[in-house]
Amino acid sequence: MASAATGAAKPGLLLLRRTDATFIAALRARFRVHDFYASGAALPDYLTAAAAEPDPPRTALVVAGGAILVDAAFLDAVPSVGCVVTTGAGVDHVDLAQCARRGAGEIFSVDVADHAVGLLIGVLRRVAAADRYVRAGLWPAQGDYPLTTKLSGKRVGIIGLGSIGSQIAKRLQAFGCAISYHSREPKAFAPYRYLPDAHALAADSDALIVACALNDATRRIVGRCVLDALGPNGVLVNIARGVNVDEQELVAALQEGRIAGAGLDVFQNEPHVPPELRDMDNVVLTAHEAVFTEESRANLQELMIGNLEAFFSGKPLLTPVLPP
Amino acid sequence: MTPPAAGADAKPLVLLSQPSDSGLTPVMEGQFRFVLAADADAATAAEARVLFVPGLRPVTADLIDRLPALELVSTISVGLDHVDLDACRRRGITVTNAGATFSVDSADYVVGLVVAVLRRVAAADAHLRRGSWATDGDYPLATKVSGKRVGIVGLGSIGSLVARRLAAFGCPVAYHSRAPKLPPCPYTFFPTVRALAADSDVLVLACALTEETRRVVDREVMEALGAGGVLVNVGRGGLVDEPELVRCLREGVIGGAGLDVFENEPDLPVELLDMDNVVLSSHKAVATVESIRGVLHTVSGNLEAFFAGRPLLSPVAL
Repeated sequence: MASAATGAAKPGLLLLRRTDATFIAALRARFRVHDFYASGAALPDYLTAAAAEPDPPRTALVVAGGAILVDAAFLDAVPSVGCVVTTGAGVDHVDLAQCARRGAGEIFSVDVADHAVGLLIGVLRRVAAADRYVRAGLWPAQGDYPLTTKLSGKRVGIIGLGSIGSQIAKRLQAFGCAISYHSREPKAFAPYRYLPDAHALAADSDALIVACALNDATRRIVGRCVLDALGPNGVLVNIARGVNVDEQELVAALQEGRIAGAGLDVFQNEPHVPPELRDMDNVVLTAHEAVFTEESRANLQELMIGNLEAFFSGKPLLTPVLPP
Repeated sequence: MTPPAAGADAKPLVLLSQPSDSGLTPVMEGQFRFVLAADADAATAAEARVLFVPGLRPVTADLIDRLPALELVSTISVGLDHVDLDACRRRGITVTNAGATFSVDSADYVVGLVVAVLRRVAAADAHLRRGSWATDGDYPLATKVSGKRVGIVGLGSIGSLVARRLAAFGCPVAYHSRAPKLPPCPYTFFPTVRALAADSDVLVLACALTEETRRVVDREVMEALGAGGVLVNVGRGGLVDEPELVRCLREGVIGGAGLDVFENEPDLPVELLDMDNVVLSSHKAVATVESIRGVLHTVSGNLEAFFAGRPLLSPVAL
């Protein structure tokens, strides 16, 4: 465990994410923090300076969705780094092959699963659209909102049955939904039906939920063919990465009624949302917030510190990611 | 089916208490002769044994007493607060409702409202549609659903389906009911709504509106629910003291609300229209294509059974 006796005794940490004062204080109590954003330096200079220290940092704390990639160039610049701790379910910003001999911590949240189910109910039952309808005074003026469609019992297909996908499945089972999934490989103990590709899954689903990591195999895994297979009564929910879906094809499919609706927390080019979606009542749009609640932010911070402390005391990491 | 009398219309007569909001199935129109009660002449009124209530407009003692042959009142709704049940009891009239037909969709919608309020889904959606994500940045943090303590008022068919769904989100579930449910009910019973509210983060109203439950959610209950608490109502607007609810939301006595029903639909307190910690809905928790089809099936089943002298599908104990 890091000693708090003198500053020099604290282990070094590269901090490459924006965060709040409470968390920085918690980190500084335990580590010698090299704060990238506070330094104002260019990334190569920042890394070189850290590497040049007598006791260069062995850990880096990064974040998914940011501009910083932990790739070969990064790791070559600071060869002392032996542990990369990241948050956000994805690790597409970390070159896992390069990190293969080093530990990496990854975390997820049940909040993403809660949000995915909320988006699905929102699309099928038009929760947000009805809220807008009432606020616009249309209930007395135009009468009841049109009928929507039942969620319970619908066939749900989940792309990616990792922690998030499994939590989504568990919740939707309580609604009597029939769950199927597609994954790189079938999961040995998953009690759900496996389909060998996303197209077959979509063809057999009323709702398709994208919950997979972003990598070369899953970039645009939902494209025109999969959307057509999902069909005019099918809905799409994406809480993974915008780039898992061909956004142009999605917009076209929605405009042409080739799918029935979509619930989207992520987009190809955040924070920009395709303007065509803004007038559609059969879509629900949220600002990449599936993981972000007050509670999960606090949990994330505890987990990041927990992983770092485990690394420095030679104990097993709390949430390691296995290399591909 | 009763055999046709010589020279008379073969189809049994069914009076309608109001025009039908959701249409009648072709099947029903093929089987029964529907006449609007307000249009019925004296002979028709004297003959009518069945009154179908295809909406929520009041069915008064006055109307019931104008129908001397009335034996059955069949509603399209689950709730019966708009029907004068005392008059039905007095006359020995049987009442059927929608039974459990709407329960699943109501329960699904409750969960949708819970997530929408806690996670600010509707407000975030509005934020994005205004283009504010690019200009104003991320929407403020919401709060977690999983693990929130859920208190359900009324553990009937809707309440128990809500319980099952939210339990799958990892929410501990408790309830208040007229009497505790027999084991193996896995949820904690509270003897009063106030005590339930004090121990809940989310209070769900899924009970019938009766004289006992009118305004059961008052200031005291809302204070017990507390500043972080959320109220979700898919029962009836009359279960809540509505002006007090508006005050409690405005003053931060409670944290938010998901409201599908109001005291005076389709009108609702204008103050609610500007609040972003509420999600509003136009009494549509039950309103899916599947459930409307289902309830018309239930109604026609009840009517057929009645005219054939068979047991009714969904009679209500008065």
